[in-house]
Amino acid sequence: MKLSVRFAGLTALAALVATGCAPQTSSNSSPDKDEKTGTLRVWLFQEVGNAPKQKVVDSVVAGFEKAHKGTKVEVEYIPIDTRAQRVKAAFNDPASAPDVMEYGNTDTAGYVKDGGLLDVTEEFGDWSEAKDTDPTARQSVTVDGKLYGAPFYVGVRALYYRTDVFRELGLSVPETMDELASTARAIRAAKPELYGLVVGGAYTYGAMPFVWANGGEIASGKGGSYASGIDSPQARKGIKAYTSLFGDDNCPAAKCAGMGGNDTVSAFAAGKAGMAIGGDFSHTAVEAGKVKGKYAVVPLPGVKSGSIAPAFAGGNNIGVLKSTSHRTLAVQLMEQLASKKTQGELFEAMGFLPTFTDVRQQVARQEPFVKPFVRTLSAGTKFVPASPAWAQIDSSLVLPTMFQEVISGKKDVAQASEDAAKKMNTAFGSAG
Amino acid sequence: MSRVNDHHTETTDTDGGGAAGASAGVVPEGSVAVRARQGGGSPGRTPGKGDRGNRSGRTGSRRAASGTSPLVSGGWTPWLYLAPALVVLGGLLVYPIYQLGLISFFQYTQAQVSGGEPATFEGFGNYAELFGDPQFWQVLLATVLFAAACVVSTLAVGCALAVLLTRVRAVPRLALMLAALGAWATPAVTGSTVWLFLFDPDFGPVNRMLGLGDHSWTYGRLSAFFLVLLEVVWCSFPFVMVTVYAGIRAVPGEVLEAASLDGASQWRIWRSVLAPMLRPILVVVTIQSVIWDFKVFTQIYVMTNGGGIAGQNLVLNVYAYQQAFASSQYGLGSAIGVVMLLILLAVTSVYLRLLRRQGEEL
Repeated sequence: MKLSVRFAGLTALAALVATGCAPQTSSNSSPDKDEKTGTLRVWLFQEVGNAPKQKVVDSVVAGFEKAHKGTKVEVEYIPIDTRAQRVKAAFNDPASAPDVMEYGNTDTAGYVKDGGLLDVTEEFGDWSEAKDTDPTARQSVTVDGKLYGAPFYVGVRALYYRTDVFRELGLSVPETMDELASTARAIRAAKPELYGLVVGGAYTYGAMPFVWANGGEIASGKGGSYASGIDSPQARKGIKAYTSLFGDDNCPAAKCAGMGGNDTVSAFAAGKAGMAIGGDFSHTAVEAGKVKGKYAVVPLPGVKSGSIAPAFAGGNNIGVLKSTSHRTLAVQLMEQLASKKTQGELFEAMGFLPTFTDVRQQVARQEPFVKPFVRTLSAGTKFVPASPAWAQIDSSLVLPTMFQEVISGKKDVAQASEDAAKKMNTAFGSAG
Repeated sequence: MSRVNDHHTETTDTDGGGAAGASAGVVPEGSVAVRARQGGGSPGRTPGKGDRGNRSGRTGSRRAASGTSPLVSGGWTPWLYLAPALVVLGGLLVYPIYQLGLISFFQYTQAQVSGGEPATFEGFGNYAELFGDPQFWQVLLATVLFAAACVVSTLAVGCALAVLLTRVRAVPRLALMLAALGAWATPAVTGSTVWLFLFDPDFGPVNRMLGLGDHSWTYGRLSAFFLVLLEVVWCSFPFVMVTVYAGIRAVPGEVLEAASLDGASQWRIWRSVLAPMLRPILVVVTIQSVIWDFKVFTQIYVMTNGGGIAGQNLVLNVYAYQQAFASSQYGLGSAIGVVMLLILLAVTSVYLRLLRRQGEEL
């Protein structure tokens, strides 16, 4: 045993002295081939209750196979939880990679840096439907002015509130952020068993609208030179506004500091909160809860009366992998999957909000519940920095940590935001 | 007293080195035989060398009888026999550790793995980044203290219940065994979720029973660590309990009887008779526990929602995951891995050395 350890140490040392040997890398360049027949492989996310999505996709695939003789499309649904590993594996081993895949829009910049996604700027420009794509959705496929896919659907958050509680207490729907806070406290004061507005210390996308509404930004800049803006006076005002909602007069820090987005929505759905910030995608969960028929949704109010706080535009995109040997076909399939028709059908099947402004208006007329979300989207949304560093900032929990430090009283707003900005700038600096 | 101690140690030592520990003591004569063998040998040698000398001596004489070349008998034959195991060990242990060490010296992220950018040699850059992060030192300290608390609690609970198992009748013993095996078999994620639910401020039965209202266990740093400690102990004590119980059953009954006839208390029996006899087993479970508890990930990740409020409950593994692996910074992650490996090696070797100094041969 001792011998083998020493032996291993020697080997490692010897290997390091000869630094010529580097760890393994794969060559992920786009092949020159552009085959017009053969099999296309597609990865889509496996949703909760995936059958309706599958049905829509199947019909798109059937149409595509019919239109392109000699082409076969294989669709695989990958679990969302393990997508990161799957996608990494696909980038590492082009032979087993799909041609077309769905991906979360916050991952765009990272995947581009990894060298995995194909630049489709030209094709996207030629695509007749592309002009109706909403600007934020477009931004979510853009890195350094180039486009790396087509937006598939968007998700956005708004304010859920209890109509019965508001009626009983004679409250009116808040018009500004200040009113939001005072309404929340009024609910808690009258009904101590409820949170006024349920908030979460780890709920970044519920907190960011407060920062954005006050004129703050996560970061500013373009391409390789992002700089954090989370410690600006405006951003600090927003952080203060959000963190002041944690307390015994609204949402006790001991319980709310650790909550994430899902926890707040569950609390609202279980009838434990007067208001909550939830997404269009939370609709099903709330409908399934105790509060069914006792709630309504409005856009989250901004600082000034009548304004809407900018929301985070989440959602997914469809992209083509660089390693595809069926470039033309894959891009066409991407356009089919992200077309207006498919997006309209997917809204009906799954409730995914379309990324085309005209299609969105259309579905809002059919389904009244999406109206506040569409209004939020039209009022202008925000997106995370299109930098590969975002993945690192996100996974090392820089923003939740900042909010939690303030909430738990470990640091004041100035100190916490300064530290967060420092961490973000280090990440921007190292990831480029 | 020290003489008695030595005597027992020798017995157990031969158990560990020679016959499989469990079988040696089942039959009373076994221990006598063992003792006899011990007497025949040369006491007081270091174990490794002695063993090897013994073995090669034996093989040598056998080979002399069959008439093979003395050159081959010089020492290559044991290696030949060991070769299959060494190849497997080399492939499964040495090579990955070598890769870990190698990667830790490179700027190696997903972009490098998938060929988007070339891998660049960083020297100790990753280590400098790691050691320059004040959070790393806080996390390291928290990890060491937390792991130490977990190891001590796990061993205490496991040993206490093992002793209890030998004292109770068949039915409660079976029940305790089944309960322990249930805890053992529960996946860490499930166990963590259940414990979290038990202590949930709104719905958990614990708060209701203790009348704590909606007290949150995961808000305070210590109370969150305590909650995770409970879960870690709960899911790792069965291994200690079952192993130590097997060890106790292998202790000859008359030794214990003699001790109680001499008027030793339960605690005294454990300290002066059982514990020394079980030493090899205790060493194994301690080292196992140290390694397990130092590497705790799931419990912290699930129960404190990825490291607690503002990262107050981070341990090294979760920190490594957040800082490095989740964002594909494999170089930095490997550096953390190397640091953990070195710490564990240091802890276990210091522990083994301490034992050896006490006259224990392993």
